[in-house]
Amino acid sequence: MAKKYDQLAIDNLDSFVFGKSPFPVRLNNGFTIGGGEVYPEINFTLPGMAINTETFPEVRNQYAQMINDVVKRAVELHALGFSVEFELLPDLTLNPQWGAEITKILREKLDEVEQKENIKTCLRVTPNDIREFARPPLMRHGKYVDEMFRCFELCAEAGADLLAIESTGGKEIHDEAIIHGDLLASVFALGVLGSRDMNDLWQKIVAIADAHKIIPSGDSACGFANTAMVLAEQHFIPRIWAALIRVMSVPRSLVAFEQGAVGPNKDCAYEGVYIKAITGAPIALEGAEAACAHLSQIGNIAKAVPDLWSNESVQNVKLLSASAPTVSMEQLVYATRLMNKASAKGQHAALALRDLFVESDSTLDVQAYVLRPDVVLEISRQIIQESTAYLRTRAAARVALAHLRKASEDQQITLSRVELRWLDTLSKQADQLPESEEEFIDQMKRQIDMSKVNLSEYDL
Amino acid sequence: MSDILSEIYQSVLEGESTTVAEKINLAMAEGIAAETILNNGMVAAMSEVGRLFEEGEYFVPEMLVSARAMQEGLSVLKPFLAKADVRSKGKVIIGTVAGDLHDIGKNLVGIMLEGAAFEVVDLGTDVAAEKFVEAVKTYNPHVVAISALLTTTMNNMKSVIQAIEAAGLRKNVKIIIGGAPITAQFAESIGADGYSPDASKAVALVRGLIQ
Repeated sequence: MAKKYDQLAIDNLDSFVFGKSPFPVRLNNGFTIGGGEVYPEINFTLPGMAINTETFPEVRNQYAQMINDVVKRAVELHALGFSVEFELLPDLTLNPQWGAEITKILREKLDEVEQKENIKTCLRVTPNDIREFARPPLMRHGKYVDEMFRCFELCAEAGADLLAIESTGGKEIHDEAIIHGDLLASVFALGVLGSRDMNDLWQKIVAIADAHKIIPSGDSACGFANTAMVLAEQHFIPRIWAALIRVMSVPRSLVAFEQGAVGPNKDCAYEGVYIKAITGAPIALEGAEAACAHLSQIGNIAKAVPDLWSNESVQNVKLLSASAPTVSMEQLVYATRLMNKASAKGQHAALALRDLFVESDSTLDVQAYVLRPDVVLEISRQIIQESTAYLRTRAAARVALAHLRKASEDQQITLSRVELRWLDTLSKQADQLPESEEEFIDQMKRQIDMSKVNLSEYDL
Repeated sequence: MSDILSEIYQSVLEGESTTVAEKINLAMAEGIAAETILNNGMVAAMSEVGRLFEEGEYFVPEMLVSARAMQEGLSVLKPFLAKADVRSKGKVIIGTVAGDLHDIGKNLVGIMLEGAAFEVVDLGTDVAAEKFVEAVKTYNPHVVAISALLTTTMNNMKSVIQAIEAAGLRKNVKIIIGGAPITAQFAESIGADGYSPDASKAVALVRGLIQ
């Protein structure tokens, strides 16, 4: 039975802060996410190398080296706890037994450090959404689906604490929507295709997690909203378009929680601030310390409300000081130490630090503005007044645009002449979204490139 | 520039696909050569689109709308260009390497090349080295453009170059590479002829290699 979210779990600013969530997630070892402390979540990946049978021994070595490095640094810096995210590359998901082997290597090291030092740890495993290897993607059946779910099973058996994914249902339409500035196609991809896929996908992930008594954590609109963010950073699309996609991606990500995900939401899911407000679940986020993986305009504001603080992903290369994963762990430990010190000093200190994070970014870029806790609460409140993913996505578009127009008029943000032109263009498109989902689907079926999508895979 | 050529230029610049064909027919009725319409009306407009993009006035969506108008115009002009033996600026094969599904960057490069009157054959994503070789044999391009976005697939670019060499075709083509993890040093190390840090610079790179 799907969970319903029709009111906010966090409805006031004083309760909306890093480290604390209304519904913390507690692991069997006592590691608690969202229970008061912010913990680092470190994510590392291979340097440039192929993954095949010949190179797999070296792949094992690389991961063993990386986990040793980050554990050592966490201990040296007196970290109270940390999470490790193992984000599987496509080859490690296509060959699930490889993904499971690496999971086991990481698990064994984390168990060792828990026993030797007084540190709590957590292992999040994120198989790759390899369904898109079929073009157009097959979302519900076929060899890629089978291998992906087998990967979830094997990694759960090998010792994952949390299961996650960055799912891509609808991306086959959304990529074109982004570069064409096509708001209707974006809503179709997120609010219809993606949300339907999430419904099916997350029922299955939750079932696997429950069977292994581990946590179904959350998803990310990375392939939608972060693709837009990176394109905006390269000046390929306007920033206001990327900001709007961020907000429109919220209802899709919420579907995971409707189907039983409990958090922490994925680090690259910046829409997680909305998810936390709506569901009360803890979230991971990333910002300045994720510059090793991608650049952004939201490096500080992302620190306002996370419960795990992440580096996104870092390659195992040697920097002047130490290995890059070691450096990343250090950066995360210092960032979380500051947040936790503020929390320890009391609510006023935590809120003051939160507000500094927010104010340092929010006036400088519209993508930061839509992550302001007060803006998030206002927009979330209106999103969840609607009852379906499509209507919520439609509401997200219209409410966010109205909000941005007012913010510009009130000089809370500065939009350039070009961005203002785009505000008008996007608003005109949003006005065309019908209230009837059926009418919208019929309309979009006539407009989209049908060679790119298998509508039957989305129950259409 | 004549009035009708200016109108064609403006149609492409503003992305008015529905009117560009009619204006091209009018221009030809006035006796303006197809090549002149192409170069002075359409390619010139796309060049201005490129400049507006560099200046931050236009983004990719506006470029695509203009490119669509350009394609509409080309479909009208093509038979006349062929008759006058006017060829495209060059032919480019483009694809993302095996094991990699990322295509936004590749698609943008393709669009920009078409806008600059190059002929583009897009092989798609997850393209095996053999398929690149087959495409070189089939289409006889001037340039092969290879894309990769993952550090675990970028080495497949070397495999493509080696496969083209093994097929005895290396001297026939220039090979360029691009993608987030790619650097000029990497391009040199694997024997590529060029590297573009982003889609907007790819056109100049291809132009320079073909000349």
